Amino acid sequence: MIPPVAYFIIFKYVPMVNAVLAFKDYNVIKGIWGSPWVGTKYFELLFQNPAFATLIKNTLYISFYSLVVGFPVPILLALALNEVKNAKFKKTVQMVTYAPYFISTVVMVSIIMLFLSPRLGIVNTIAGTLGFEAVNFLGEPGLFRSIYVFSDVWQSMGYSAVIYLAALAGIDPSLYEAAKVDGANRFQKMVNIDLPGLLPAAVIILILSVGNIMAVGFEKIYLLQNPLNLSASEIISTYVYKMGLLNANYSFATAVGLFNSLINLVLLLTVNAAAKRLSNTSLW
Amino acid sequence: MSKLQSQAGSAVSQRSTIRESFGDRVFIAIIYLILTVVLIAVLYPLIYIVSSSLSSPAAVTSGKVWLWPVDMTLDGYKSVLRNDQVIMGYANSLFYTTIGTIISVALTIMIAYPLSKKTFVGRSPLMMFITFTMLFSGGLIPTYLVVKSMGLIDTRWALLIPNAIWVWQVIIARTFFQNSIPEELSEAADIDGCSDIRFIFSVILPLAKPIVAVLSLMYAVGQWNAYFDALIYLKTQSLYPLQLILRSILILSNSTGNMDVGEMVKQQQMAELMKFSLIVMASLPVLVIYPFVQRYFVQGMLIGSVKG
Repeated sequence: MIPPVAYFIIFKYVPMVNAVLAFKDYNVIKGIWGSPWVGTKYFELLFQNPAFATLIKNTLYISFYSLVVGFPVPILLALALNEVKNAKFKKTVQMVTYAPYFISTVVMVSIIMLFLSPRLGIVNTIAGTLGFEAVNFLGEPGLFRSIYVFSDVWQSMGYSAVIYLAALAGIDPSLYEAAKVDGANRFQKMVNIDLPGLLPAAVIILILSVGNIMAVGFEKIYLLQNPLNLSASEIISTYVYKMGLLNANYSFATAVGLFNSLINLVLLLTVNAAAKRLSNTSLW
Repeated sequence: MSKLQSQAGSAVSQRSTIRESFGDRVFIAIIYLILTVVLIAVLYPLIYIVSSSLSSPAAVTSGKVWLWPVDMTLDGYKSVLRNDQVIMGYANSLFYTTIGTIISVALTIMIAYPLSKKTFVGRSPLMMFITFTMLFSGGLIPTYLVVKSMGLIDTRWALLIPNAIWVWQVIIARTFFQNSIPEELSEAADIDGCSDIRFIFSVILPLAKPIVAVLSLMYAVGQWNAYFDALIYLKTQSLYPLQLILRSILILSNSTGNMDVGEMVKQQQMAELMKFSLIVMASLPVLVIYPFVQRYFVQGMLIGSVKG
């Protein structure tokens, strides 16, 4: 009991308190508490920074894009799998779509790079034989978001579909029989029975993913970044890392990070409240 | 769960006794078509990577490989195995994965079990105390400073401790304990004069084998695949886990230059091939146990999704 509680206090709550650093001028020798207060200086610095608008825009753009694409795909996959009667085929599809989830971020990014490489990548080789010009995919800021989002879908749809499949398996079979008697076809059954059956699980997962919006795939984005695509790929968390740890600008980076966490919290509470109103499902 | 599935299964067979209408058959055909496309889209890159890793360097770089290996050779793997950095990274990762998993699972169970007991005073405040960390965090820099002030920077502990407990795993474990270990057991043990410690070791842990397996697998996969903590906390190369070494080889492409042209082309082709072999090697431990892992992962997700 005591070690885990100590863990949460030390590694989760002490950092929260340490976040007062955002309102101080950090001095290595004096430490967090000895450093002088500077009020909201660093927040003002952030809001006046011309890069700030781009950071916010990129962060929100990437997260909403991945939410819009990434959220429905596992649901559709689960619905489709649920219609399949051939157990062997169903199992194969499930096993295969699930597998990429185990690939690490580093490996995933290097796969993307190998596939999209302008000289040697298979995508450009195929495009070349079809008569298209080679594209430096990762060097195009306009393509960055799609590459990020769709590779994510590729990697995680099978994993995310599991919860929905479980929810579908839990639907009362008598509902299907009733629908059959009423003369519903398969598509109508899917819309009128399966979809409502998935709703509670879907709402919870939606809330959780909104809560993660500002924390969106830092590791992967950081690895995919290069000077050419930076205008579309620099997000708040990568900026915090560079400012804070690489440039040792602790106070400023803490202010940016704190701002990020606060937006996140507000978003989460909002969506949770909305979900409670609309569908009676919520996290608490 | 299995009961539900078999119910659903019987419903399916009942349905099929009535002849499907034309519209339904078209619908099903479309679904099979879509799923086949999905299957190929997910499978193809995986096959391509494995095939490339087994092909000759020249075939890989000239784009001759598209499905099956061309000029089969194990050269890629041989040169990976000759790379001291990779071997060291492998050893380090094995260490971090083993020790890290033990620490994480132990800590998770230590907190999840009390949380599952209805008699435990302060259960819901403690739960809130934990789940709040999912909603709000101090951020990267303040956490870094804590780790630094504890003197963990550039030690192996930095990868084992600061991220040892995942709240989600605590919730999964708590739900499991709540649903599968009856309250009466601990009452009976109390009456028999069994101490709490003894109760945990001789009653709870044997019953908790499935959840220990689930937690271990999830933590182990997480630890094996992690790189970011190592990136920020470690400076000494000899402590680097495999993922960090992979990053420098695969993504930053730190290969040695200054050779004559013919040699360089060869070197470059070899470097390309090595990337494919490395990808396979790095994913191997997880993929080898994958069929086994998958079952438990699904189980873990399902336990976690039951509302507690």
